[in-house]
Amino acid sequence: MLIGRVIGDVVATQKVASHDGRKILIVQPLQLDGSDRGDPVLALDAVGAGVGERVLLTTEGFSAMTAVGRPNSPIDSAVIGVIDSVDVHDE
Amino acid sequence: MLLGRIIGNVVCTMKDPSLHGQKLLIVQPLDRKGRDKGRPVVALDAVGAGAGETIYWCRGKEASFPFLPAELPTEATIVGIVDSVNLPA
Repeated sequence: MLIGRVIGDVVATQKVASHDGRKILIVQPLQLDGSDRGDPVLALDAVGAGVGERVLLTTEGFSAMTAVGRPNSPIDSAVIGVIDSVDVHDE
Repeated sequence: MLLGRIIGNVVCTMKDPSLHGQKLLIVQPLDRKGRDKGRPVVALDAVGAGAGETIYWCRGKEASFPFLPAELPTEATIVGIVDSVNLPA
């Protein structure tokens, strides 16, 4: 999984049925120092995350589908947790 | 999933039999501000998208799931037409 920040959301009325009832969040993956890691992705929300929050992002399909409870659906990433704290141990 | 814009289509008369009747659209990936970012890809259409529309698309094995129980050889499928993108930041 990746650490990311929710930076917005997308509204799409016409979409595959399995995406109904879930927010489509725009998540910017982050490095451990808080800087951007690559490009933002769209992810379905499985936990009720809000804009500005740091979240746990899965970028693998089966785990994303399982998290939002929609098996066999075209979902390749999902927000599966809201992060309380990140601890990086210095060696 | 990623944001994209439909910039064209592809016609293949000779193709995998399971792809008959499927629309092959050319998707230009977009960055968060709606500018072109990266190289275009060809994607199947699961929602009836049209030229010029902003859409979002799914990658990987999951891209074949809208067409179940048929097993289509796709790793990119358009799964939604975007009404609006909200980026407060």
